Amino acid sequence: MKKGNLLKGFVLAMTASLALVGCGNNNNGAESSSSAPASEAASSAPASSAAAAGGETVKVGILHSLSGTMSISEVTVKNSELMAIKEINAKGGVLGKQIEAVVEDGASDWPTFAEKARKLLSEDKVATVFGGWTSSSRKAMLPVFEELNGLLWYPVQYEGLESSPNIFYTGATTNQQIIPSVDFLLEKGKKKVFLLGSDYVFPRTANKIIKAQLAANGGEAIAEEYTPLGHTDYTTIIAKIKEAKPDVVYNTLNGDSNVAFFKQLKDAGISSADLMTVSVSVAEEEVKGIGPEYLTGHLVAWDYYQTTDTPENKVFVENFKKEYGPDSVTSDPMEAGYVAVYLWAAAAEKAGSFEVDKVKEAAKGIEFNAPEGKVTIDGDNQHIYKTVRIGEIKADGQIVELWNSGGPVKPDPYLTTYEWAKGLSDQ
Amino acid sequence: MLTSAILPRRVWLLIGYAVAAAALFSAPLYLSDFRLNLLAKCLAFAIVALGLDLLWGYTGILSLGHGVFFGLGAYAMAMHLKLVSSGSRLPDFMDWMGLTKLPWFWEPFKSFAFAALMGIIIPAVLALVLGFFTFRNRIRGVYFTILTQALVIITVTLFVGQQAYTGGTNGLTGYTKMFGYSLKSDTAKTMVYLVTVVALLLSFLLCRYLVKSRFGKVLRAIRDGENRTRFLGYDPSSYQMAAFAVSAGLAGLAGMLFVLHVGIVSPTMMAIVPSIEMVLLVAIGGRGTLIGAVIGAVIMTQAKSELSASYPDFWLFFLGALFIVVTVFLPGGIVGLIRQLRQKLTRRRNENDINLNSIVPESNGVV
Repeated sequence: MKKGNLLKGFVLAMTASLALVGCGNNNNGAESSSSAPASEAASSAPASSAAAAGGETVKVGILHSLSGTMSISEVTVKNSELMAIKEINAKGGVLGKQIEAVVEDGASDWPTFAEKARKLLSEDKVATVFGGWTSSSRKAMLPVFEELNGLLWYPVQYEGLESSPNIFYTGATTNQQIIPSVDFLLEKGKKKVFLLGSDYVFPRTANKIIKAQLAANGGEAIAEEYTPLGHTDYTTIIAKIKEAKPDVVYNTLNGDSNVAFFKQLKDAGISSADLMTVSVSVAEEEVKGIGPEYLTGHLVAWDYYQTTDTPENKVFVENFKKEYGPDSVTSDPMEAGYVAVYLWAAAAEKAGSFEVDKVKEAAKGIEFNAPEGKVTIDGDNQHIYKTVRIGEIKADGQIVELWNSGGPVKPDPYLTTYEWAKGLSDQ
Repeated sequence: MLTSAILPRRVWLLIGYAVAAAALFSAPLYLSDFRLNLLAKCLAFAIVALGLDLLWGYTGILSLGHGVFFGLGAYAMAMHLKLVSSGSRLPDFMDWMGLTKLPWFWEPFKSFAFAALMGIIIPAVLALVLGFFTFRNRIRGVYFTILTQALVIITVTLFVGQQAYTGGTNGLTGYTKMFGYSLKSDTAKTMVYLVTVVALLLSFLLCRYLVKSRFGKVLRAIRDGENRTRFLGYDPSSYQMAAFAVSAGLAGLAGMLFVLHVGIVSPTMMAIVPSIEMVLLVAIGGRGTLIGAVIGAVIMTQAKSELSASYPDFWLFFLGALFIVVTVFLPGGIVGLIRQLRQKLTRRRNENDINLNSIVPESNGVV
């Protein structure tokens, strides 16, 4: 009996390991065959990782969390980036080369992001990387990209106060999302603001900015509450909100917490008619996850909605549904990831090279008619001009625009153009 | 017959160790930067695995909280690197969080020696304290394991919550310098790698010495019959505390090395999943054998990185399947498998010789 088990175990283990080794080898074989000319090219022209693309393809990295807590959001961005690559390839690629995507899993774990970034740059010798979602993952990758002089396109709105020479930021910085939304609230006479966020760098920094802005413009942050990422019990917070009677709750919760918060808010008998909330991390994909019935009437601030009315967006949404199913939705970060691929392709075309320094130089001032409208790369800080939009969530899960900035807003990650932000941007 | 069967084996083992050590020391010559970095990370994990094996394999105490000790070591080193890299300025995250002055407990971490020492002492002392309150009160088995999980949750919550002092969810990253040298240079990387190899060898020798000594015998006695050991006049709790502290200290050492290779530490490194993964390294390699812990760590860390690169969408399924296969079919891990195979071979050979009597049963060697 025992022997039988042993033997079985051994056979199983061997087949399993053989299968794994076999697969690994296959893949390695494919990789090494495609990277063999690459290393030759690299040795003849050492300084450029881009010149490594000796064959008919150019490799780019895609590095998002495909597992773990962030995967629900990041997988969709990976999908839209792959779609952009497919579209560009169908039109003949970049500089006559087909784009080959090397997909890696950051696993919602920041050290893994750093490791995989290093792998993409030094093993695969990719020309550029599209990736990241949380600020933590970006901050983990940043030193690697600066050390190896790589190029990262980061597609998500974030807290600003950063401008790495090796990163292009295609999501909104604070003056393209948070600050205009607070202005919007103040204009509506909503002066008593309750700040609620997840406990990490983005909400903390965002709230610091909001407090300074409110103080300078006659508003008031009457409370500031943080809960750990993944927190799901909001009864205490909701009781505090009831007691504080704010005009509006400014919500910077991230991930699962939003589900719990909005469900419990509704259970407590508070609808959007009783209490206005503005969220900056709830987009179409999250609305689908939370359930539109809990969110109807609540406000969000982004630069793009699935309903945004541009000819480019019609095509984008249509193609996306064709590619990933009729139930799939498009959202701001997905669009920003999609745009990033096109901007990089345009910059490489303009530079006539995949070399990082040349692409960066050529990227300055590049314009692109994105689904969100025209975007332009700001050469100084490597962010892009974006149109700000405040939207209201409807019962069908779509978001309808209430207000927009009328045109693309110049990115200002360090808030240098705001008098009240002096103390913040010094740091 | 018996001696002649054992002697070549010893020689073979020695040769094996020598080859492995030579291969490790010469790795910078034939591995690319990235591969070397990855291998260095594996070796750091091998050190945790050694410590865990001492605790679990030899003393029979299962800790699912070693991520904490690993993380504390990592943070100690990261604090030093962060301070050195920030120069005279405050670390960037403290700025964001509105601190104007370096917190007092950060001050001494400006010294490398202090940081390196604390990276081992803090985890070891924490383990001693935890051990004091648990082992003294004869809390063991599952209850102890649950306590270590609680330790994980407390520590992670603390580190995430105290952002101004710990960097919060982001952790600490962006180090550039050490001893005034750039960490980015190839020489620095090779040096850090070699330091890791030496640390692993020393840890291995330390564990081997402990296991072979009387101390190790008592540990095994505690594992196999705690009460019996107590009746023999030993005080199991002090031995358990000592094993726990050594194990935690090794985890701290591994954490410090990990930071040097990976360049970031975050609370996720201390969380429950990494803590469990560390135990799996030992389980897969073969617990109760020191070399098994090392083999398990190297194989699993490499497999994780290779599988996730080859199958970014499905790699977790493969990894899960591997764990199931090993725990269900190979309770002795990889080393156990090798032993069983060898036993089978010798048995067969002996059957041919019709010399069954001379076999010394080696059955319990694995556990």
